[in-house]
Amino acid sequence: MFVSLRWLRDYVDIDLSPEALADRLTMAGLEVDAIRESAPGFSRVVVAKILSLKPHPGSEKLLLCEVATGADTLPIVCGATNIQVGDVVPLALVGAVIPGGYTIKSSRIRGELSEGMLCSEDELGLGPDRSGIMILPSGLTPGQDLTDALALRDIVLDIAITPNRSDCLSVIGVAREIAALTGKKLRAPESILQEDDEDINGITSVQILDADLCPRYTARIVKNIAIRPSPFWIRRRLESVGLRAINNVVDVTNFVMLEWGQPLHAFDYRFLEEGRIVVRRSRQGETFVSLDEKERTLKSDTLMICDGVKPVAIGGIMGGLNSEVKADTRMVLLESAYFDPVSIRKSSRWLSMSTDAAFRFERGIDPDGVVRALNRAAQLIADFSGGTVCRGYIDQYPRKVESPRNIPLRISRVRDMLGKDIAPSEAVQILESLEMTVGKGDDLHYRVTPPTFRVDISREIDLIEEIARLHGYDRIPVTQPAISILSMEQDRRKILEERIRTLLNGYGYSEVITYSFLPAAAVDDLGLPAGDARRTTVTIRNPLTEEQSVMRTTMIYSLLDTMRKNANTGCFDLKLFEIGRTYLARQAGMLPVEKNRIGGLLTGARYDHCWHYSGIAADFFDLKGCLEGLFEHMKMVSVKFRPDLQEPFLHPGRSCGITIGEDVIGFLGEVHPDVLTRMDLKNRVMVFEMDLDVLAGHLSGALSYRDISKFPASSRDVAFLISRDRTVEEIIKFSLDMHEELLENVLVFDVYEGKGVPEGMTSLGLRFSYRAHDRTLTDQDIGQAHNAIVRRIMEKSGAKIR
Amino acid sequence: MIHDLEELRVKAVAELNQAETEEALLSIKTRYLGRKGLLTGLLRNISQTTPEERPLFGKRSNEIKEILTGAIDEALQRLSQKKREHALQKEKIDVTLPGRAVRPGRLHPIIRVSREICDIFAGLGFSVVEGPEIELDYYNFEALNIPKDHPARDMQDTFYIEDNIVLRTHTSPVQIRTMEKLKPPVRILSPGRVYRPDSDISHTPMFHQIEGLLVDKGITFGDLKGVLTFFIGKIFGEDTAIRFRPSFFPFTEPSAEVDIRCVMCRGAGCRVCGQSGWLEILGSGMVDPEVFKNVGYDPEEVSGFAFGLGLERIAMLKYGVSDIRLFFENDWRFLEQF
Repeated sequence: MFVSLRWLRDYVDIDLSPEALADRLTMAGLEVDAIRESAPGFSRVVVAKILSLKPHPGSEKLLLCEVATGADTLPIVCGATNIQVGDVVPLALVGAVIPGGYTIKSSRIRGELSEGMLCSEDELGLGPDRSGIMILPSGLTPGQDLTDALALRDIVLDIAITPNRSDCLSVIGVAREIAALTGKKLRAPESILQEDDEDINGITSVQILDADLCPRYTARIVKNIAIRPSPFWIRRRLESVGLRAINNVVDVTNFVMLEWGQPLHAFDYRFLEEGRIVVRRSRQGETFVSLDEKERTLKSDTLMICDGVKPVAIGGIMGGLNSEVKADTRMVLLESAYFDPVSIRKSSRWLSMSTDAAFRFERGIDPDGVVRALNRAAQLIADFSGGTVCRGYIDQYPRKVESPRNIPLRISRVRDMLGKDIAPSEAVQILESLEMTVGKGDDLHYRVTPPTFRVDISREIDLIEEIARLHGYDRIPVTQPAISILSMEQDRRKILEERIRTLLNGYGYSEVITYSFLPAAAVDDLGLPAGDARRTTVTIRNPLTEEQSVMRTTMIYSLLDTMRKNANTGCFDLKLFEIGRTYLARQAGMLPVEKNRIGGLLTGARYDHCWHYSGIAADFFDLKGCLEGLFEHMKMVSVKFRPDLQEPFLHPGRSCGITIGEDVIGFLGEVHPDVLTRMDLKNRVMVFEMDLDVLAGHLSGALSYRDISKFPASSRDVAFLISRDRTVEEIIKFSLDMHEELLENVLVFDVYEGKGVPEGMTSLGLRFSYRAHDRTLTDQDIGQAHNAIVRRIMEKSGAKIR
Repeated sequence: MIHDLEELRVKAVAELNQAETEEALLSIKTRYLGRKGLLTGLLRNISQTTPEERPLFGKRSNEIKEILTGAIDEALQRLSQKKREHALQKEKIDVTLPGRAVRPGRLHPIIRVSREICDIFAGLGFSVVEGPEIELDYYNFEALNIPKDHPARDMQDTFYIEDNIVLRTHTSPVQIRTMEKLKPPVRILSPGRVYRPDSDISHTPMFHQIEGLLVDKGITFGDLKGVLTFFIGKIFGEDTAIRFRPSFFPFTEPSAEVDIRCVMCRGAGCRVCGQSGWLEILGSGMVDPEVFKNVGYDPEEVSGFAFGLGLERIAMLKYGVSDIRLFFENDWRFLEQF
């Protein structure tokens, strides 16, 4: 909210510099975001007095003026007709810059010298009037800078008012806060109302049909008014805080709203059918054209202000076009009301109409300030328009708005919450400076009644906060809590995550963080078939873009997207992983299932391009090797890579599922070329994804040492010819299944297909290592065991020795 | 005769010094010291010496034999040393060539900051807990004292899944879920993803927060200041100026925004701090009694404080990143710097 310093000074004395004031407010919870200077858009414009006027010899439409600017008398050629000798007017001197970027020069106009320009309001950007030269108050001193003379320079504070402090959504509210902070007195404007003899009750009536939504409605009538621009000072006030001046009625309603925080509305009485106000709920489907000339279709629970026949305003939000104050308005009905905050908020959100009025009503206004604002505005309208205020006002107050009274406050509790002893006298003084009434009970128990405008205060803790706030947070000592002994619990999955991060970093994989959103079409790009659970996405009702409209059900898409983005900037070699969640929708009303998962991606060169290697492409086994390393590190021995477990988005011949025991924990493989095409990716890419919660279930903290043998190992190499239909895992398993005690290890040392190996066959080189715990093995020992193993492999698999 | 001996010594040493190969040395050895060598030849003529000369001649010829043998061995060793040096020189490589890259992976800056913060609080006995990112309206708002149709909801724009299910807008719901499960004392930290519909240079629709909560007997606002002052000293340096400033969060009271002296301009005022000289770092406050009631804690029995901070903001300040969107674009040129 913008607040003018000049305006504030109308109500409270301020000895502080703008910066110091901003700091005080900020440290009291009214955060000043910016301090800006507001000055008119001209320079070198001074006050001048007209000394003489005579016709221009060369033109009937021009005048020759002599004007006094204090020390000098200057000749000016002017085309206006509204000036007379003795008038005080603004003069733009030679060298002056006026709005629009014009620079005033000394010139000859039809042969006569002109040393400057007399200006209209419009030319100076001070108002809409362009009918003639602006006539200034006669008391101004010629020669004085116009900006100073009219007090046009101002400082505007931009204050971020938190949602609880509705009382500060007004200049008086902020002034009140400054008064409390600096120990000054608030000077609230008193309106002395002058009423005429005609009683309002003879002119209009107010009927509230829904007291829940409208607890209080007050009204006054101002008649015989003439619509014209407001006085200059009101316009300056409004413009200084960014509001556009309109006319003397609308400006007053805005001015009083900014001054007191009470939104007001003025209806042209002519357009109120039956001359009366009826307050009711809208009817379903009812249409209404608001002041912004938009037609709104209403739901059934919006509060409407109506005349005897039709709606004339959306209560507390915006007036209607049908009852707008116009240039020829002669009589207005002024409304000042208290509307139910929740109802206003619901309606303004539903209608997407966030107006200054709605903003204040939904945060809660002072229920006791309704009439004060009504009177203030009525008198100002009368003053500015030549009208009169009818006698009396209507105050329909069917439902009392309760304000808390006698809130108990224990001084001991202040200490317990803040950790500092605040003297009871100081606490009382703080509360009283905030216009609270403090009644003493026994034993430092107080009963506090806050002012009605402090709608945020109803509990003891609210009072304690006020005491802390005004005492100063910076004066509360920094202490160390006396806390119970509590051991730090570490979730098993978090431990796993940290270990994986460290390992994958070591293997050269970098962690990325991608959005949890996917485009809705992602499941199609991945080729997920109907019925795949990952198609059941959680859909966001109000996404920012279509690209971010559903929650991801797999980590793969975002990783591939990251690859695409990097390819666009010329980076084709990537080793990435992400730890995050996937989200699977359940039935309506239930929270989705969130799974903690890890995804990884490998593409491009195996090693950095360098003089050592010339672009060796990474493949499936690079990524598999990393995962095997992970499992080995985590002592997960029963992991299986299962080619029979297939994913629709992976290459059917180069992918597998990963299992531990009965649990499927994820998959690994090259991405299907169709997916690459759909996602506009050029290069081969390998990915994996695993469920971290399931994986964590297999993480065991237990370690036990197995004794190592002191005796040497011997190995035997065998080259088998096996059918391509066989897997190496199977072949090795035939040997391991014999549970030969001497067999220590089987190593795949060579895999070869091609020249010298029959079509459909693979040459597989296996190295069998043998070792005993109690002796050095003899050739005979080894031969016996080895031959049996080789024989079994050949029998079971049909392999031949090459 | 003695003279002949000395002459032979001088000659042999001169030849040794000339020899440049092992072969030459060995042939000198043979020529002088061999069975048919020159020294042996002289010795054979010992009979021609006078009896007076003879003992001296014998002694001296033995000495010369030893001198020559030692000199030859030494020369041999010198030569072999030289040969080895030469061989090693031939194996010389250019050590300035780049090594075979074992490029380490990088840690994402957000994870880096999150780890750092969790480690600081781990030292104070805070456990890390997590909660759902897709959350019930109740946990995200109502239990935190943010009723439906309350203006406080404006503080956080929200992605909706259903009327009562939202993408959590902050990590604060974890407070509620934790207190519902545990009896006090409670000391937790909860990092995670949060979501708000907003996208520009300083907002992304997804970002990260860390929530902290400490509940115990007799915890005060002074303790809040103490713990957060300790934390900020650890993460931004012990000499970082801090201020606690009144603010409003529906689930804490009194509430405090915590600012640090701008790390860019050191308080002089710059674009980063909006000329104020201060940077907002975290929101905090004493847990509101209403929140305690919602989880079945007695606000007369226990008290505590909560705080929350945005990890992107900390990372941006620590590393000088000016556009928040970079964290989620995962451009390798960005990632590689961490």
